[in-house]
Amino acid sequence: MKLLQVQDLAVHFHTRNGIVEAVNGVSFDVEAGKTFAIIGESGSGKSVACYSMLGLVPMPPGRIESGKVLFQEQDLLGLSERALRKVRGKGISIIFQDPMTSLNPYLKIGDQLTEPLRQHFGMDKKTAWQKGTEILEEVGIQNAAARMNAWPFEFSGGMRQRVVIAMALVTEPEIIIADEPTTALDVTVQAQILRLLKELQQRRNIGVIFISHDLSVVSDIADEIAVMQNGKFVEQGDREAIFRNPQHDYTKMLLAAVPATQKKSDIVDAAPLVSLSNLVVEFPGGKGQEKIRAVDNVTLEIKPQEILGLVGESGSGKSTLGRAVLRLLTPTSGQVVFEEQDISEYSRSQMKPLRRRMQMIFQDPYSSLNPRMTVYDTLAEPLLLHKICNRKTLDAEVFALMDSVGLSRESVLRYPHEFSGGQRQRIAIGRAISTKPSFIVADEPVSALDVTIQSQILDLLLDLVNRFDLTMLFISHDLGVVRYLSDRIVVMKDGILVESGSVEAVFEHPTEDYTRALLDAIPGKRLFLDDAAESMEEGTIT
Amino acid sequence: MWRFIGFRFLQAIPVILAVITVTFFLVRAAPGGPFDQEKAVSDQVRAALEARYQLDLPMHEQYFSYLEDLFRGDMGPSFYYPGRTVNDLIFQGLPITAELGFYALVIALVIGCLAGVLAALKPNTAQDYVPMSVAMIGICMPSFLLGPLLVLIFGIWLDLLPVSGWGNSAGDKILPSITLGAMTAAYIARLSRSGMLEVLNQDYMRTARAKGLPEYVVVIKHALRGGLLPVVSYLGPAFAALLSGSFVVETVFQIPGLGRFYIQAAFNRDYTMILGTTVFLSTLIVFFNLLSDIVAAWLNPRLRYQFRK
Repeated sequence: MKLLQVQDLAVHFHTRNGIVEAVNGVSFDVEAGKTFAIIGESGSGKSVACYSMLGLVPMPPGRIESGKVLFQEQDLLGLSERALRKVRGKGISIIFQDPMTSLNPYLKIGDQLTEPLRQHFGMDKKTAWQKGTEILEEVGIQNAAARMNAWPFEFSGGMRQRVVIAMALVTEPEIIIADEPTTALDVTVQAQILRLLKELQQRRNIGVIFISHDLSVVSDIADEIAVMQNGKFVEQGDREAIFRNPQHDYTKMLLAAVPATQKKSDIVDAAPLVSLSNLVVEFPGGKGQEKIRAVDNVTLEIKPQEILGLVGESGSGKSTLGRAVLRLLTPTSGQVVFEEQDISEYSRSQMKPLRRRMQMIFQDPYSSLNPRMTVYDTLAEPLLLHKICNRKTLDAEVFALMDSVGLSRESVLRYPHEFSGGQRQRIAIGRAISTKPSFIVADEPVSALDVTIQSQILDLLLDLVNRFDLTMLFISHDLGVVRYLSDRIVVMKDGILVESGSVEAVFEHPTEDYTRALLDAIPGKRLFLDDAAESMEEGTIT
Repeated sequence: MWRFIGFRFLQAIPVILAVITVTFFLVRAAPGGPFDQEKAVSDQVRAALEARYQLDLPMHEQYFSYLEDLFRGDMGPSFYYPGRTVNDLIFQGLPITAELGFYALVIALVIGCLAGVLAALKPNTAQDYVPMSVAMIGICMPSFLLGPLLVLIFGIWLDLLPVSGWGNSAGDKILPSITLGAMTAAYIARLSRSGMLEVLNQDYMRTARAKGLPEYVVVIKHALRGGLLPVVSYLGPAFAALLSGSFVVETVFQIPGLGRFYIQAAFNRDYTMILGTTVFLSTLIVFFNLLSDIVAAWLNPRLRYQFRK
């Protein structure tokens, strides 16, 4: 049964700098109990297409140029604001991307959860509260009755997303728009949330529009997929067709961007560049609470020119480990040896000459760059600080760095906000390699980026590692990414290294349940396996 | 929460002690004394006067005996008004200044918040530009200019309102209250505008709209609390601004409040009166800062939660 029919929808933004054709003639149907996935990079118009149906795109500057959106025998685009409000949150509700920001921090969970009920059904507070508690239980929140009185910040990201899902479901809508509902979450949590969504959808026969930038995420759940680029659907069809037989180049590129196994290695069998023995890092807990042991008795070695992948969920202590290796924090006990010196007790001034030999690349290219410094200043600062070059050779050195990380020389005087996320991460990488380090800690360097950009940045890192003989500790929660470039993998849980070994060993024969759970959680895992099976079949034929 | 309040109270003690000490020695270090008149006083009379008010004792003894008296709540006799104590004078002026300050604060809050919120709802339109331009003028214009200007317009040209006094004729409280509240209103307007703009751009506003809530619920229930938090934090400093502003306004409008006593005390070199009013007012300011911090913390569930632990 068709719940929603979108015909030839076009939304343009009329800005001072001209017209932006955000959505340009898209048509699709959403059926009960089915999932329609829209895939595209940020800025491709997928969110605008969905929000404009509900009048949630600011107008002006937005304007609906053409189209019809039929829902419950009315054209949503022709409805008044008042009539549209009756559809929002009741007939069609939305699950937003970032559960950390999509809940109001000043209102209790229960208040926010029951709000749609009170608005649309005029329920009294008590009945609504009862119903809210039930739905909270249904999405898997323990002790729901008490949690209704909790504040959003008392929940973890995954739990908040469950609350957001509960909020979307509470009025029993016919259609849910899920806008990147798992992008901000850990892989294991992502798998739980996707499973939950699927279950609820089938139980209630809801039609879902699933928006994502990541093909692999929807590979398990979508019935039909549309690939969107520059406001248009470049390809549209059922899931099997898209994955098996992509027609459009862009779809092929997206499929290729799903990281698969790669990475050669010829690791020098030499003394380790970095070695940790029995490393412990503790943080003080709250008053009267126990200390939090973020890193618990970790021993490992990193050989020169090796890329070691460090995997774990957020909160597993992997970032703390990375910071302890660079002595950005002081370990509670244990040793950190770098280039055959025990640096675990080094003072700030003792560390200074070593700093240029060890660098860090951070996750968020938006916040790790100083917004008031041009690229030139950002790159020149470490060069001058560590006296790598003098004022005369500075220009040449900065330009060489720009070339190395693939940025055009013309953009050297621009500020960070003038760059895209991927370009910013290139700047951050340029800053890290500017001091000619031997060792780099890369802490989730691609998690904030679109998939196609991800693979470009990963390739850049690989290229730089080979070109400059770098050694790298690569931290990520994403096994697919780690597998792409690591020589060896260690898995961390609750501060403890639970598993380590070569990429193949960990992927093919995980010994720990936890590693298996992480592997199972990779979206689109089916994709790899199917591909593997397929290539084997082909092998037998040829 | 109680620990937080207790801690903040303890923090206030050194502040107030520092105010007392600095003021105590500064007034004495300034040239001239309380008994220097145009007409020279004979040495015997001066010595008798100084002995009477203990000014002949060594400085540190004066200081500690003053502290001791202060601790008992006695701010000493006025050096200028014979037979009257500083406590008397302060509590004579305080009700008037407090009333003036209260009206000014209400005006500032109502007008400021209203203008700021309306401006934030339609940014970069006339609804934003007009109140914000007025607010800018309000910030730039000192009350010793605004006061006489209002007097000129409403008192003299339009002849609508009385131009001086307090509680003597109908409506004589209006102009001073507006004059005093204007600058604070302007600040609050700007604060609430930027606070609201920030909140209105948050993702959770979109969540609220996506639920199908009418716009007024979205604004009142979801935006106001977060958006007006900066205003609450500003109330402490605003109170200080109103107090110091009231000295000027009381002079302009001939109001017999605390501020006028304060200024006269400075002219008269009335040591105990200067000290007494300074200590009293700074204690009030510290207290109101503390109060606004507590309210801001209470409005922010995250902070409230931390204090509960």
